[in-house]
Amino acid sequence: METPILEMKSITKEFPGVKALDNVTFSVRKGEVHCLVGENGAGKSTLMKVLSGVHAFGTYTGDIFVEGELQKFNGIRDSERAGIAIIYQELALIPELSVYENIFLGNEVSNGIVIDSNESISQAIDILKKVGLDVNPLTKIKNLGVGKQQLVEIAKALKKEVRILILDEPTAALNETDSDNLLQLIRGLKEQGVTCILISHKLREVMEIADTITVLRDGKTVTTLDVEADKVNEPVLIKHMVGRSIDNIFPKRENVNIGEEVLRLEDWSAFSYALGRDILKNVNISVHAGEIVGIAGLMGSGRTELAKSIFGNPDHYRLSGKVFIHGKEQKFRSPHDAIKSSMAYVTEDRKGNGLILIDDVKHNISLANLKEITTGGVINENEEILIANKYRSELNIKTPTIQQKVRNLSGGNQQKVSLGKWLFVKPGIMILDEPTRGIDVGAKYEIYTIMNSLVEQGMSIIMISSELPEVLGMSDRIYVMSAGKINGEMPVEDASQEGIMALAVDY
Amino acid sequence: MEDLKVKSNQAHLSKSLLDIMKTNISEYFMFIALIVIMIFFTITTDGVFISSRNISNLINQMGYIAVLAVGMTLIIVIRHIELSVGYLAGFLGAFSAIALTFWGWPIYAVIPAVMILGILAGLLTATPVAKLGVPAFVSTMAAGLIFRGALLLVTMGTGTIVIRDPVFNAIGNGYIPDIPLGGFLPGKHKLTLIIGLIGIILSILSAIKSRRTKLSYNFQVPSFGLFIAQLVLISGLIGYISWILSGYNGISWSLVILLLVVAVFQFITTKTPLGRHIYAVGGNPEAAELSGISVSKITYIVFAAMGLLSSLSGIMYASRLRSATTTAGLGFETDAIAAAFVGGVSAAGGVGTITGSIIGALVMMSLTSGMNLMNIDISIQYIVRGAVLVLAVVFDRITRRNQ
Repeated sequence: METPILEMKSITKEFPGVKALDNVTFSVRKGEVHCLVGENGAGKSTLMKVLSGVHAFGTYTGDIFVEGELQKFNGIRDSERAGIAIIYQELALIPELSVYENIFLGNEVSNGIVIDSNESISQAIDILKKVGLDVNPLTKIKNLGVGKQQLVEIAKALKKEVRILILDEPTAALNETDSDNLLQLIRGLKEQGVTCILISHKLREVMEIADTITVLRDGKTVTTLDVEADKVNEPVLIKHMVGRSIDNIFPKRENVNIGEEVLRLEDWSAFSYALGRDILKNVNISVHAGEIVGIAGLMGSGRTELAKSIFGNPDHYRLSGKVFIHGKEQKFRSPHDAIKSSMAYVTEDRKGNGLILIDDVKHNISLANLKEITTGGVINENEEILIANKYRSELNIKTPTIQQKVRNLSGGNQQKVSLGKWLFVKPGIMILDEPTRGIDVGAKYEIYTIMNSLVEQGMSIIMISSELPEVLGMSDRIYVMSAGKINGEMPVEDASQEGIMALAVDY
Repeated sequence: MEDLKVKSNQAHLSKSLLDIMKTNISEYFMFIALIVIMIFFTITTDGVFISSRNISNLINQMGYIAVLAVGMTLIIVIRHIELSVGYLAGFLGAFSAIALTFWGWPIYAVIPAVMILGILAGLLTATPVAKLGVPAFVSTMAAGLIFRGALLLVTMGTGTIVIRDPVFNAIGNGYIPDIPLGGFLPGKHKLTLIIGLIGIILSILSAIKSRRTKLSYNFQVPSFGLFIAQLVLISGLIGYISWILSGYNGISWSLVILLLVVAVFQFITTKTPLGRHIYAVGGNPEAAELSGISVSKITYIVFAAMGLLSSLSGIMYASRLRSATTTAGLGFETDAIAAAFVGGVSAAGGVGTITGSIIGALVMMSLTSGMNLMNIDISIQYIVRGAVLVLAVVFDRITRRNQ
């Protein structure tokens, strides 16, 4: 057997508290299209960052060989020199510069002082031909659609001598035609001898294009399959991707007492001006009192957008459809309105938009409901201390004092502060967006227990989660989202990891 | 629960004075720096610096910058900047002069009218910022140009407008009246001493009340000795300042206005939901919005407050000069921004106090006053003030990083 073009052996990469990659082995044959699949957080992107030198040599253990040669990459420049190019999901183009300027960014064609525009443009035209993109190289990037931008990004990579091209979810933001074009291009590149590594959630396109598929799960290589020889099909892949056992890390709820409907969405759609496309399409869901409704789906399927669009629409999407709270139609103009209608939203991104990190625990807890502790226009700071201490002990927030800055707490404790803040609002409907992301198992269990006791008291919880065991372990009913649509609804008894994943990857 | 409380109380007990100082080191540092600067100038000027007359002048000169610094603090806390306030103050000062002198408006109509104009100007400047997300740097710079033009326009025919209204001129130059107490304490301003005494009594009473309330909640309070030491320190400070001021003309109307402004804004920022919301918006606007706080509403309110304070600044300055000039307000915004940064405001947002900025203003004004007394050339004065500003900000940065 010939030497693989790329071999990653026993790669282990740890972040504080998490083993992102655990003894991963990954081998790519020359000239093939090799797909890398796995759930969110399985370690795909981390593995590619190790390969491209973003995580420099020495921060991981294990060896990387390119055509049999041991490599020690200390940065992207090193990996580029070895002929590896990576194209990320978020495009790294400068919108205000032209196509050709972007292609040569950082490697300008010049006589040493002045850029040779004519030479650059003529080279750019050749490269653009290679990727089948027919645009004027003087066009500004911002005037191109996402599909064409993606091709420019690939053209930029091809300008250098590329042996291995890595594409991280290149079709995630593309429509069908653009996706097909891109897959066609990848086939063309393969014929020209470029090896491609493709990360994708869209299993149908993976099946269509891959020669070989490697499945990662929880930072480990599960298997590497030859599509033809092993007769791979989608169900087989899904089985490999999920397959995690649901241990009894989920506390049992004592009384399941599901009451009347408290929230209903009818034909709920949203258009994002920022992205220039529909992000929610005709969503119909309902939530009842005392119920935990799980919303599963992959990242980018519109789950967080759904939560924000209901919760007063702070990102100013263009909305259509109706929201009913307790049977009454509501038109929230801001999160303030939603809170007044007894809703709460514990955000996915605690640090980004959940907490005031530079402020202390007590101020964070009281922030969304200051009026409760204000008399005659003055905040009663002593009451505030009592309240903060109450949630600190009820939620078991581990902090030396409630005067501690939230930034100094661990992820799990930050999440509990976030929960405390929203519990203080005394909501009827609580949206929890990835409630246990990035926190340790012990804290997870505590948060699950809190969730159970809340719904037992009659609250309704909408839980958005990427972790299938969590969705299955906690929900009463599950919706699966994909590409802004609800792809399926099922009671938890009828749900399985495979079933959910099949719906989540069905675009 | 009971157990938990005991534990947290013990944690409090071990908190020494040193710990408290460490957590607020940047604020205390500027206070200490202020005292060091004052002592330094007192020595180099053979005591002239600390004389009643000089301190009284220093406060009057500082007044119109300090009120701007109060507003600027809030502007920077919510991650913006306001470059138009100098010219706005200049324009509103000229407006007051015209209304008083040419239109014959009574002063009791002029002052409210100017204050309302200030608020409107602030709201107008804020509109592109709050509504469309235009950077405040641009919006307020444009507003500054417009106000400057407006100032030149209204003073075009007349040049400097002399104000003859004695009540108006007293705002920047006058002092509160004294009460005749016969031969008791000759040469001292008795009412100032009495007000100082009342201030001491009130601060002691409020400290005792706050301590009692805390105890009624079963909260830990500083030890009795520390409590008494704090009271003695604060009483001593108020007493000493009153004593110095009483040695000249007593409390000036400028100081009265400044103290009122500081009291109101200190109250709003530390005790009310509005204050919390302002700091929340500065600390994390997205989180604030998702917590039900309207970021744009807060932006309007803060800019309106800045406009109001600009009008006060303009009135104080015009009154102090007893006239409106074509260059009034020039560079005020820079002084106010410097005072705020020296006082510990962070450009990253969410951090900074009213009292800190007042200390910052005092530091900058002490430098000017002290160096003037030492006959140091203006060129060197600029360099020194610039160096102090940089040092203060660098120090702030380092202490914050170490936390």
